[in-house]
Amino acid sequence: MIRVEELTKDYGSRRALHGLTFEARQGEVVGFLGPNGAGKTTTMRILTSYMPPTSGEAIVAGYNVVSESLEVRKRVGYLPETVPLYTDMVVFDYLKFMADLRHLPNADERVGETLEMVGLLDRANGYIGALSKGMRQRIGLAQALLHRPEVLILDEPTIGLDPGQVVEIRHLIREIGKERTVLLSTHILSEAQQICDRVLIINKGRIVVEDTPENLQSRLVGAERVILRVGGDSDGLAPRIEKVKGVQQVKSNPDGSLEFQFLPAQDVRQQVAKTVIEAGYDLIEMRAVGLSLEEIFLELTKEEEPDKKKKARS
Amino acid sequence: MRNIWTIAKREYDHYFISPIAYVVAFTILLVLGIIFALVIWSYSGQTFFGGGAPDISPIVGSFAFLMVLSTPALTMRLLADENRMGTMELLLTAPVRESELVIGKWLGGMLFILTVIAITLVYPIILNNLVEPGIDQGTLLTSYLALILVAAAFLSVGVGVSALFSNQVAAFFVTMIALVTLYWLMGFPADYVQSGAEFFRHMNLQTHFYNLTSGQINLTDLVYFFSLIAIGLFTGSMAVETRRWR
Ligand SMILES: Nc1ncnc2c1ncn2[C@@H]1O[C@H](COP(=O)(O)OP(=O)(O)O)[C@@H](O)[C@H]1O
Ligand SMILES: [Mg+2]
Repeated sequence: MIRVEELTKDYGSRRALHGLTFEARQGEVVGFLGPNGAGKTTTMRILTSYMPPTSGEAIVAGYNVVSESLEVRKRVGYLPETVPLYTDMVVFDYLKFMADLRHLPNADERVGETLEMVGLLDRANGYIGALSKGMRQRIGLAQALLHRPEVLILDEPTIGLDPGQVVEIRHLIREIGKERTVLLSTHILSEAQQICDRVLIINKGRIVVEDTPENLQSRLVGAERVILRVGGDSDGLAPRIEKVKGVQQVKSNPDGSLEFQFLPAQDVRQQVAKTVIEAGYDLIEMRAVGLSLEEIFLELTKEEEPDKKKKARS
Repeated sequence: MRNIWTIAKREYDHYFISPIAYVVAFTILLVLGIIFALVIWSYSGQTFFGGGAPDISPIVGSFAFLMVLSTPALTMRLLADENRMGTMELLLTAPVRESELVIGKWLGGMLFILTVIAITLVYPIILNNLVEPGIDQGTLLTSYLALILVAAAFLSVGVGVSALFSNQVAAFFVTMIALVTLYWLMGFPADYVQSGAEFFRHMNLQTHFYNLTSGQINLTDLVYFFSLIAIGLFTGSMAVETRRWR
């Protein structure tokens, strides 16, 4: 369980967090979604008692992160953003060291089991320095899971992993999230949607939106964006594509490609492809591109804009 | 307590994969070996150390001098490297107190230097067999106690300094300056000032070191060393703690 109330954090005179309030219950995977510099890492460092907040309160696993930090640290597993590891240590020894710091009985077995969970048992006797970035990420995750913590805090856990590993780790996080509290940060929207029960969108130190992935999806209607490229000149193609039913906002990009959007409920790509070819163009590429986070923020904060304007005027 | 031991053990093991630690140990043992050879040589009729019965004081004195130069190399990375690599974030979010972390690091260095000190025991043992009726056991004991206390104090200063930096080289030089000040510079004013000479003499580490090696155990000397150890470890804990608040 995590409960955060009016959390603020100043770095010198710069305020990184502006009164964050949220909760994460047991058995829930909560996603912290936001662009770089949003304050995700700062929040997680406060929740893991790495550093104290400037004001506000945070209760993790039933204890205050400032006044009962040792109790909090016993119950939290934490994967920092830049997985800090002793590169000159052997994988097993490193995890054994962390297990010993947590006073785990049968540390050797526990380390073995945890290595198996993250799929690195065969690397137990190798040096950490010799591992790929993805493997190091999983060692970091193993370290966070060693003591089977009540609360798991993962700062961008899938960054640097290859697609196959991403799927595995997401699956693992979902499994763990069934009985524990997981708070993970990411700047990938689809990831938040896949693993989380609830998503908190944070920007510039404030929670902008808090919702379930399903609701987010429906708020993001119009999010499917496609880039299309044809051989040679694309003159005259845009009006033709515009005519296809369901296509919205056709644009020509400076690099000669075309871009359009469509509603997820109505996939128009087949029609568009047919139109392009029937019109005699050579279709070279058509690919979907997700909305960037910035665009998502624009999208999600749109509804709140009129309110602000009203306030400003009065 | 358990955490201190866990951290100390990791550091101790780390010294054995660290080239710097081997260089330090090798240099100490080599230089002391040469001095030992000179002691034996002077015993065999030559008069290098002014003749007379050979004793271990040249070895013990040189060892202390060597520690001024070498302990900074043993302590420089202890906490500075954790700061640099970001592993401090792991240690500070594990259920470990700042003081346990700092004492554990210090103890790791201590165990390593104790290993080196233990190896140097071969010199007095050989000497004891060479001379009749053997060397003085009392001064041997207090001399080694002095060496252990000097090592403990130096390592503590080094750990305290290391906690303040993210850069090993900076930690090395600052520790070295601190130790040179403690070991020599503190003593200089004593010869020149009108009043307060006693104070400077008391602050100088050599005073207490040679009190012990001469065979006497005084409470003031012990208090001096224990205070230094406490100050270094306390500084280290405070430095780690304040890192959280920045
Ligand atoms: N140690 C620090 N000192 C000063 N400013 C910091 C520090 N860490 C983060 N910040 C600032 O706080 C803001 C939030 O950063 P961070 O929490 O790392 O965001 P995120 O993890 O979402 O990318 C950023 O503007 C960043 O520059
Ligand atoms: Mg971050």
